[in-house]
Amino acid sequence: MNTLLLATEATKGIDPWIAICSLATVAITVGMGFWTAGKSKSAGDFFVAGRSVSVGWNASAISGEYLSAASFMGVAGMVMATGYDALWYPVCYACGYLFLLLFIAGPLRRFGAYTIPDFAEGRYDSPMFRKIAVCFVLFIGFFYTMPQMKGAGTTLAYIFPGLPYWAGVVVVGAVITLNVSLGGMKGITLVQAFQYWLKVFAITVPIFVLASLVGHYQQHLAANKTSQETVAAAPAGIERKALPAKAPKDEAWIAPFGKLTTKALDASIVAAKTPEAKAELEANKKPYSLLYTYSLIIALVCGTAGLPHILVRFYTNPDGVAAKRTTMWVMILIGVFYVFPPVYGVIGRSLTPELYDAVGAKGTDKVVLELPTLLAGRDHPLLGSILSGITCAGAFAAFMSTFSGLLVSMSSALAHDIYGRMLKPGASPEQRLKAFKWSALIVGLVAVGLGSQVEALEINFMVGQAFAIAAASYFPLLFMSVWWRGMTMRGAATGMLVGGLSALASITLTSISDVAVAKAKKIADAAELSAYWADHPLAKTIADYWVAHPLARILCEQPAIWAVPLSIILMIVVSKATEATVPADVRMKMLVLHAPEALGLKQEYIKEHEGLGGH
Amino acid sequence: MREPTSPTPVDIHSDAFLARMMRDQLKLSIACALCFVVALVALPLLNYFQPAFMAQRIFGFTLTWLILGVLFFPFVWVISYVFIKRSIALENAEAQAAQDGQTK
Repeated sequence: MNTLLLATEATKGIDPWIAICSLATVAITVGMGFWTAGKSKSAGDFFVAGRSVSVGWNASAISGEYLSAASFMGVAGMVMATGYDALWYPVCYACGYLFLLLFIAGPLRRFGAYTIPDFAEGRYDSPMFRKIAVCFVLFIGFFYTMPQMKGAGTTLAYIFPGLPYWAGVVVVGAVITLNVSLGGMKGITLVQAFQYWLKVFAITVPIFVLASLVGHYQQHLAANKTSQETVAAAPAGIERKALPAKAPKDEAWIAPFGKLTTKALDASIVAAKTPEAKAELEANKKPYSLLYTYSLIIALVCGTAGLPHILVRFYTNPDGVAAKRTTMWVMILIGVFYVFPPVYGVIGRSLTPELYDAVGAKGTDKVVLELPTLLAGRDHPLLGSILSGITCAGAFAAFMSTFSGLLVSMSSALAHDIYGRMLKPGASPEQRLKAFKWSALIVGLVAVGLGSQVEALEINFMVGQAFAIAAASYFPLLFMSVWWRGMTMRGAATGMLVGGLSALASITLTSISDVAVAKAKKIADAAELSAYWADHPLAKTIADYWVAHPLARILCEQPAIWAVPLSIILMIVVSKATEATVPADVRMKMLVLHAPEALGLKQEYIKEHEGLGGH
Repeated sequence: MREPTSPTPVDIHSDAFLARMMRDQLKLSIACALCFVVALVALPLLNYFQPAFMAQRIFGFTLTWLILGVLFFPFVWVISYVFIKRSIALENAEAQAAQDGQTK
């Protein structure tokens, strides 16, 4: 009875086109999963797709994996909510690959490992280091999984208005876990490549149709006046709805150093008691914003080069040159994509300003899904439905493909590094394969559990945190290990641990107080509010500290600017202090990393005779 | 698959060979990275010190929006294309040099 009620409730007000497109995406994903299940046989297929993925397929697959819910929905929502500063997200998401290409992609592939922990152990001959590296794979992976899950919950709740948030999390979690355990890396490579093209289709087609009917990107941008202009230079025929009070003003929205970067200081200014204190804080606004911007850039650029689920994909290339070519194509494919989400944000500001009033799942994050439905009210009901069906399908593809990539990298960490290397080194290939499937199930369950808890947090913000942790741990590790012969295990481990954990700690501090403050804002009654704060003394202390020290708050919210250099300096200092423990065969290791394959120095780290070789 | 080059020649195992190879590749990488980093550092600075200049309209965009939202992508593609070309040429030259050393 209950489920029936839920079902009838859920079918009310559902657009058939949206439902059909979303279901088709899920059905194709599952179908491809079963189809590839027959093709993935060996452990090599499951972990690194047999190391035989061609440049075109791999570039599409990496791009498909990378363009997550944050890219598809979060970027548009953030541009709409905060304006110019949010553009740094798509730009750095795409351009971070340049660092990966310049310093890491080729050498990492040549080393011939299965996972990043493999590389960590192989480079320093230290099983201990593998354990540390595995922990970070799981840490970063789960941090990155949560926003994907939020995207899933949000989208499903949007399509089926009666469904609770957690339903989407469970459905997507189940589908992808099934897919990954069926086909492993080889299976999802195909699915992700398909999903890339689906996403590009889903983000471009609706916006071109929409723009031709309601006005173009630059026309809507021109409707926002800058501080230099006295009146908005909106071209004729561009419609603009009145902005609600909550929306940022034009001048602040279109210019750099706006709401996104001044949040901490704004809170302090509101709390400042004297006009002098206010004025002093106002004067700090711009320099602090600049600092925030740089820290964000470092986090995103270095973080991209340190995301384990992306790095593991380079192992599926046949050789180092292919790895480099793949990276270049990835940059082109994702760059083309990233031009478009901000367009939704800009047009959304003109046409769907009511989203500013809602928060979370119902707010600006859903502008990509909401915008096409506008056409329905403009004498194009069918077109509107079809286009929003397409964007929903793209959103589904977005969090499904990223989550499947995360699931593979975390399952590999569990099955290959923990089970196959630590618990049972003599495991047969069949046992490892079984372990992979079980790991996928475990990770899938944990991810669903975590995902159902994060409804209140912003998608793009959570992703930014995952990037900051990766930037302060894996990026320094890989960069230094590849290019500096003098690195020792202790140096690498100290730098990675201190950098990564301090980034994690400072981000956690900001999250604790943010969640509490968000809850407190919903309480209208003063007595209830003080009771709430009395119950949460830690969050209260932290929140008060942030108000008093906005600079500390910025440095904790965006820790990359100090955490990345800290990590690198520690690596150098500790390595110098433990110089005697530099691996004896470091020259050979460096040769394998840097010499072209044609020299025949290539040695697969995991040998054929272990029954895992992909060739 | 690939022809194994056997036996491994002595000279490619020398420190000098490794040092030169790493230096050449790192030089190329750093040169390319510098182009990118300069642009990344300069854009916020320009926004900071020249807000009026960066806010001027070009085809409806503000200058800074046009750069960050559109032009930055092709700029990075060019860097990566140049890097790939040079880096593969460098690898081929190294392989050639090493094999020449082997036959002598």
